[in-house]
Parts: sequence; structure tokens; C-alpha cells
Amino acid sequence: MEIEQTALPGIGLKHEFTTHSGRRIAVVSHRTGRRDVVIYDRHDPDRACEAIQLNDEEADALVELLGAPRIVQRLNALHREVEGLVSVQIPIAPGSPYGERPMGQARVRTRTGASIVAIVRGGQVHASPTPDFPLAEGDVVVVVGSPESTAAVADILANG
Amino acid sequence: MHSAFLFIELGGIILGLGVLGALALRAGISPIPLYLLAGLAFGTGGILPLATSEEFIAVGAELGVVLLLLVLGLEYSAGELVTSLRGNARGGLVDLLLNAAPGAVAALLLGWGPIAAVAMAGVTYATSSGITAKVLSDLGWIGNRETPVVLSLLVFEDLTMALYLPVLTAILAGVSLLGGAVTVAVALAAVSVVLLIALRYGRVIEAFVASPNSEVLLLKVVGLALLVAGVAQQLQVSAAVGAFLVGIALSGELAHEARALLSPIRDLFAAVFFVFFGLQTDPAAILPMAGIAALLAVISMATKLGTGVYAARRAGIARAGQLRAGVALIPRGEFNIVIAGLAVAAGVHPDLGPLAAGYVLILAAFGPLAARLLQPLIDFAVRRTSPEAPAS
Repeated sequence: MEIEQTALPGIGLKHEFTTHSGRRIAVVSHRTGRRDVVIYDRHDPDRACEAIQLNDEEADALVELLGAPRIVQRLNALHREVEGLVSVQIPIAPGSPYGERPMGQARVRTRTGASIVAIVRGGQVHASPTPDFPLAEGDVVVVVGSPESTAAVADILANG
Repeated sequence: MHSAFLFIELGGIILGLGVLGALALRAGISPIPLYLLAGLAFGTGGILPLATSEEFIAVGAELGVVLLLLVLGLEYSAGELVTSLRGNARGGLVDLLLNAAPGAVAALLLGWGPIAAVAMAGVTYATSSGITAKVLSDLGWIGNRETPVVLSLLVFEDLTMALYLPVLTAILAGVSLLGGAVTVAVALAAVSVVLLIALRYGRVIEAFVASPNSEVLLLKVVGLALLVAGVAQQLQVSAAVGAFLVGIALSGELAHEARALLSPIRDLFAAVFFVFFGLQTDPAAILPMAGIAALLAVISMATKLGTGVYAARRAGIARAGQLRAGVALIPRGEFNIVIAGLAVAAGVHPDLGPLAAGYVLILAAFGPLAARLLQPLIDFAVRRTSPEAPAS
């Protein structure tokens, strides 16, 4: 897939591509931080027949909606390969002792045997985080392991 | 007592402009033609001539030009200018030749002489980037694939202005051929040096201007722009170009912030500028010029349409998109009045001001309207030629 980038002098940047089914879509990133999702007309491929303006929150939500199922898909594929393995998404709740500490300090793998495979923050996925990755309240930690060990991780992240 | 009358008059004018602006907003047109009409009403021979505030308005108008160009420069970074120049030089040259010609030819046919021809060339050449940007945004055309072509033509025009305005200033000042050549050389050197500085040492300037406090930032940017504009004027390079170059030299987050801070002040003084131009024009003198202004408007609408179609076709855009690019370029506005204002101030020809006013009145009002009407027309044509295509 090829993403075409065009400068819009005075406005910002546009990224566009053609989908497998032949529709063109684009994202216009304004310098002001505003973003438009643009869908091109079937019969006049130069014309934006729909332009949807998104604020920060809406753009994050869209990214999450489009991005999150992909992780779940990949994890489900992993489950089929290994019997008895589950993946759990654990949010870092307010008041968690790891709200402002590097992930490594929880020593999750040593203490439970489960692995943290990704951290989802603000709709963005940080895959294979290193031990020095700083956790923050509101993050969602994706853990893979046995049902018991993942439950133990949830307990550690909530109560230390 | 004097200041009381001044305030009453100014307040009345600005409040009136606000009401006109609201009307324009409701009707979905640019407020510029209404500001001009307001100026005509208050000026010599108008229905309500001003008594005390004309002096203030004259200074305010000059500030308006400087601020217009400063904010315009802030919209572009030096990098964008250079890329646009490289990619679209040919379209830009076609734009220049096709659209400077109607004004120049008209001035010569009317027997106004070569100086007026140079000024009128500028009046018909420049598209109003302000109005066009608003049209693109209002009609949801920003995402369209012909829009980068339109924007880069606008960038090219703005850069051309940076060279044209000094030339015009020199010619209007009646300097000799040698003096003119020197001015042009100074202008060229100034533009190149500023672009180079902005590309290489942009951070140094930004480090000097940048401030977390918006008040400090505002004062520094306006001060710098006025200072450079004054020096440029002294060198006969035109104050407007000096301010434009300051705007270009500042880029990134800083330019974005400065633009947000300056826009309200720009709007105030730019409105004053349009009124001032109207003030100087005798409404009675527009009527005899109306026919010529309309004819010139029709011709230069056709030439802009041709420019847009040519440039968009080169970029591989289909027929409908080519037409949209052409129509988006039709509006004329602030630059054209800036140019005419310089010529009027130099007393080139008594009919130049009225002609330019009539011309801009027509195209500032009709340009956005034409753009609004185009898409329904295209849809209609498509439905007629291919009835099986579903309406989208």
C-alpha cells in the first residue's frame, strides 16, 4: 500500500491512499491541530465528497477503534497456537502504585511468569515495551500468560 | 473636544463595519466589497463625508497593509515557498502572463501610459489568497486533489508580489532607469537573503522572538515587522514587502502562535485599509468606469479559469477538478487594492482608483459565488451526459 503525502502550503499536510476496493481516502492534518478525514467521490476522484472534521478526542477514538481490534486479532491468533494461554487487558487505575513508575519495577515476569506484550496509551499501541517504559494512569497493559498468572499481574498493578 | 468627535466618528465607522461583516457572514460572501462600499459612502462625494478621523484612518490603513502582508508571510515557511517554486514554476509563469495582460492592455488602450499599465497589471494579476482560502474551506474543497495546485499558484503569486511591489514602488516614485534597476537588485537581494536566513538560521531569529508570554511575543513580532517595513520603505523596496519577509522568516510553532495573536489586529486594520481606499475614491467617478470594470472582470475571470485549468491538467487532474481550480482562483481582493492604493497615492491617473474599486467589488463578490455555483453545475452536466451514473 502506498501512502501519498502532499504539502498544502498555509494549511498543513495531506496523506492519501487508495483502498483495495478502489476508494480513495485521505487525512488532512491542519497546522492548527484540526484533522479532516476525507473520502473521495467515486465518479470524480479529485473531489472530496465527504470531509469529516475531528477534534483531538474524536481522532483518538477513531484511532483506537481502528487500531485496537487489530491487536485483539493478533492475540487471538496467538491463543490458537498455544493452548491454555490467555491475554488480558489491564487498565492502570488511578491510585495504582505503578502510575508513575517504570514498568520494570513491577517485575511482572519474575513474580508471575506472565508477560507484558503491549501498552495502549491514548489510542496508540506501544508493542514490546522495555522495562524502563514509564507507566501512567489511564494506560492499558496487555498481558499474556496462564489465567492464574494474568490475574496475579492485575493484582500487582492494582495493589503493588 | 477634538478627540471626542474622533472617537464618535471612528466608533461609528468600526461598528458599522462590524454590522456589514455580520451581513456578509450571513450571506456567505467576503466582507471586503462591503467595506469598500462603506468607504465610498464616507469619502469625498459620498453620502456621509468624514470630518475629523481621516488622518487617523490614513495611518491605520498603512498599518493594515503591513499587518496583512505580515500575517500572509506567517502562513508560509521558507521551505514551502522553495518547494512550491520548484514544482510549479511553469504554472506560475502562465498565471503571471495570462492575468497581468488584461490590466496592462486595458491601461494602454485607455491611454493611461506605461506606469498605469504596470500598476493595472498587478491589479488584475493577483488572486486574493484570503478569499480563496476561505472559499476552499467553506466549500469543503481543502481535501480535493486540485487544491494543492491552487495553493501553490497562490504561493507563487505571493512571492512574485515580493518582487513586483518594489518595482512598482520605484516606478511610481519616478526614479530613473538606473535607480529602478538598483531598487530591483536590492529587492531581489533582500528576498534571497531573507529566504536563505530563514532556511539556514531560522532558529536564531525564532530564539530571539520566542516568548512564553503572548504579550511579549506580540510586541516583538509587530515591532520587528514595523521596523523592517520602515527600513524597506526607506530603501524604496516597499514597506509591505518588508513585513512579508519578516513573516516568512518566522515559521513553525512560533509563526502559528504569532498568527493567532495578530489575526484580530490584522482584521481591524485591514478593514480600516479597505475603508480608506473607498474614502479616496469618488463614488461618482466609479459609474463611468463601471462598464470597463465589468468587461475587465469578465476577461480576467476567463484568464484565471484558463490558468487553473492549465495548471491542474499538468498535475493530472480530471476536467471537473480543472474547472474547480480555475474558479477558485477568480476572487480578487486585498492585494489588488494594495497595488491600486499605491498607484492612487502616487497620482498615476484619476480614473485608476475608481476602475480598480469597481473591478475588485465585482470579483470579490462574484468569485466566491461562482465557486459555490460550479459544483451543482458539474453534477448537473454529469447527470445529463451519463444518466446511468448514480447521483452522489
